[in-house]
Amino acid sequence: MSRSIVCPAPVPGAPLLEVHAIRQSYGRQEVVKGLSFSLAQGSIGCLLGPSGCGKTTVLRGVAGFEPVSSGEIILNGASVSRPGFMLPPEQRRIGMVFQDYALFPHLSVADNVAFGLHGMSRQGCVQRVAELLEVVGLPDSGRKFPHELSGGQQQRVALARALAPCPALLLLDEPFSSLDVELRERLGQEVREILKQQNTTALIVTHDQHEAFAIADEIGVMYQGVLQQWDSAYNLYHRPASRFVADFIGEGVLIPGTALNGERVETELGLLKGKIPEECYSQRMVEVLLRPDDIVHDDASPMQAEVVHKAFRGADILYTLLLSSGQKVLSLVPSHHNHAYGEKIGIRLEADHVVVFPQAAAENL
Amino acid sequence: MIHIVPKGQIFEDTSSGVICCQGSWTLSHVSNLKQMIEAWNWPASTEILLDCSQLVALDTTGAWLLHRVRKKAALVGSRVMMQDLRPGFVALLGIVEASARDAEVRPQARLGLLEHLGRRFAGHTKQAALMLAFVGEAALAALRLIRQPSRLRIRPLLHNIQSAGFEALPIVGLLSFLMGVVVSYQGAEQLARYGASIFVADLVGLSMLREMSPLLTAIIVAGRSGSAFTAQIGTMKVTEEVDAMRTIGIAPMDFLVLPKLMALIIAVPLLTVYADILGVVGGMVMAKTQLGINFEDFADRLDDAVSLSSYIVGLGKALVFAVIVGIVGCFQGFQVGGSADSVGRQTTISVVQAIFLVIVMDAVFSIIFSWLKI
Repeated sequence: MSRSIVCPAPVPGAPLLEVHAIRQSYGRQEVVKGLSFSLAQGSIGCLLGPSGCGKTTVLRGVAGFEPVSSGEIILNGASVSRPGFMLPPEQRRIGMVFQDYALFPHLSVADNVAFGLHGMSRQGCVQRVAELLEVVGLPDSGRKFPHELSGGQQQRVALARALAPCPALLLLDEPFSSLDVELRERLGQEVREILKQQNTTALIVTHDQHEAFAIADEIGVMYQGVLQQWDSAYNLYHRPASRFVADFIGEGVLIPGTALNGERVETELGLLKGKIPEECYSQRMVEVLLRPDDIVHDDASPMQAEVVHKAFRGADILYTLLLSSGQKVLSLVPSHHNHAYGEKIGIRLEADHVVVFPQAAAENL
Repeated sequence: MIHIVPKGQIFEDTSSGVICCQGSWTLSHVSNLKQMIEAWNWPASTEILLDCSQLVALDTTGAWLLHRVRKKAALVGSRVMMQDLRPGFVALLGIVEASARDAEVRPQARLGLLEHLGRRFAGHTKQAALMLAFVGEAALAALRLIRQPSRLRIRPLLHNIQSAGFEALPIVGLLSFLMGVVVSYQGAEQLARYGASIFVADLVGLSMLREMSPLLTAIIVAGRSGSAFTAQIGTMKVTEEVDAMRTIGIAPMDFLVLPKLMALIIAVPLLTVYADILGVVGGMVMAKTQLGINFEDFADRLDDAVSLSSYIVGLGKALVFAVIVGIVGCFQGFQVGGSADSVGRQTTISVVQAIFLVIVMDAVFSIIFSWLKI
């Protein structure tokens, strides 16, 4: 059996991975409760959630390490996991990148990358290894051993190793958690470029939203084994589907408001216009999500708020402001507006859309 | 500026009869305060007044102590009132009381003897079933290998033959030589009494070739290589290298298990032949020094006494022992889960189990051979 160097051309647009209502358990505890999503060929998906939400279990289910107790996983049009059946990982044509790299310590970098290239001619092997080391930016490290490289470099080698056999799907399990913060975002963007350049479909799991935003096209927010929302980063931030998503993604506060009709909601900061779901305005009392960028600083505004906390962030300052009613709100202000603690500043509401939730919802936050 | 923080204490003001909490109730004074509270003779009234006006510092530990005082008093039916507690301390106490929850401490249920026995039995049965499944998987992988010999990983195979076989030569040689000496010495005295000294060749030859060499070799290999297999596979499991290998498309059976198993199947019988030779040499040396039997006479007698079948029986056993040691070593490696200390535990289990199974198998062989009269 010999493999060609050229990766099989993917069919654009067709869903490569489909996860249908899967449930997974550890012992008696169900950790994944009916989860569905699909990933198109060439796109990068991400499961984002706090630790213990079941995201890694889903990833290991897709890889073929953990069985599903109901539902089905379809990879490349073929059913790979369903109750009572699990295609072993070695037959799934996937690649995986692990949190702690999992490189083979006694093999050189080149041998690590070549590990999955069995059945290929010696020359083809050498060529493919050189090509991939070039792609991940380590063209001269082939002879080194993993322990001679830094964490970021090791993770690049792991990526090259996973990409070498041309996997149909690449899985990344918290790939940058062991790296320092600065490197994390940079490597995230680099990995995105590499994946896009190779036209590889990928599913990444992380608890870090900045990492998710840096690398993924579509992000699924998971909480307690349930997918809360599967959407673009923009929509997760600006149109969160649940209180959990609103709270988990970005910053913001919920302030009470009164829904006047299907389009307008009254708050103490003024009137907001936008589409309000029916279950909210029928109840009248609602909570409105205000992001820091929805409240702008305006000296001319009659509405005043007191600065109770501020966090300097370079270009901006994030102010925590106390309204006269005792309600606290957040505001992102360009950093040359430097106000002192206790100072009263004028603010104005400037939101182009409105996100409301029914008041006192039973959802867990 | 140095603050001199007064020591936290609790005492009864004898003049007014009010209990005073004073000073700083913080972590550094907690052990003292705890002793004071425990030794305290609480008045048996329904309402106890605590004067907290002189309480200057309170942290969560101190608040927790106050909370305990309240709870203890509530048990005997009295209410504790805190007087003049500063507002900040009241808030802290509120937080501590709100988050303090009673955890029910249940005494650990002691297992009855029967239950204990049952659980152990169920555990061992499960292990046995898992091991059987592993044997099946290994057999299937071996069949695939026979159909497609190109799947064979030559390098790991040669490496394993070297480490499990070649590098074991000195220790196997030395121990079997000594074993030959011992057997010969023990037999010589008995046989000399009947004037049958020459039969020491029968004794040494048969016992070494049929029993001692295969057993000794298997035990040494279990200790040297079986444990190494477990440790290697176990470590690779902990570092997720096994998972990484599988996602790359390589079955651990093909890459990790079969080369090791084949290496033992090749190396252990060869080691046994080597042990046979050195064991007999040891017996010869001892027979010469103790009984004065010449090497030529010994070899002559050995030729008559030991049939080819005895030799083959020994080699057959060695082959089976090799499979046992290899399977147990690899299987226990895959049983490693979670952390690094599990590697050590499984390695111990691997050696004990391999030696146990080898000796049991040896006994089974003896029974079968006595039936078949081989």
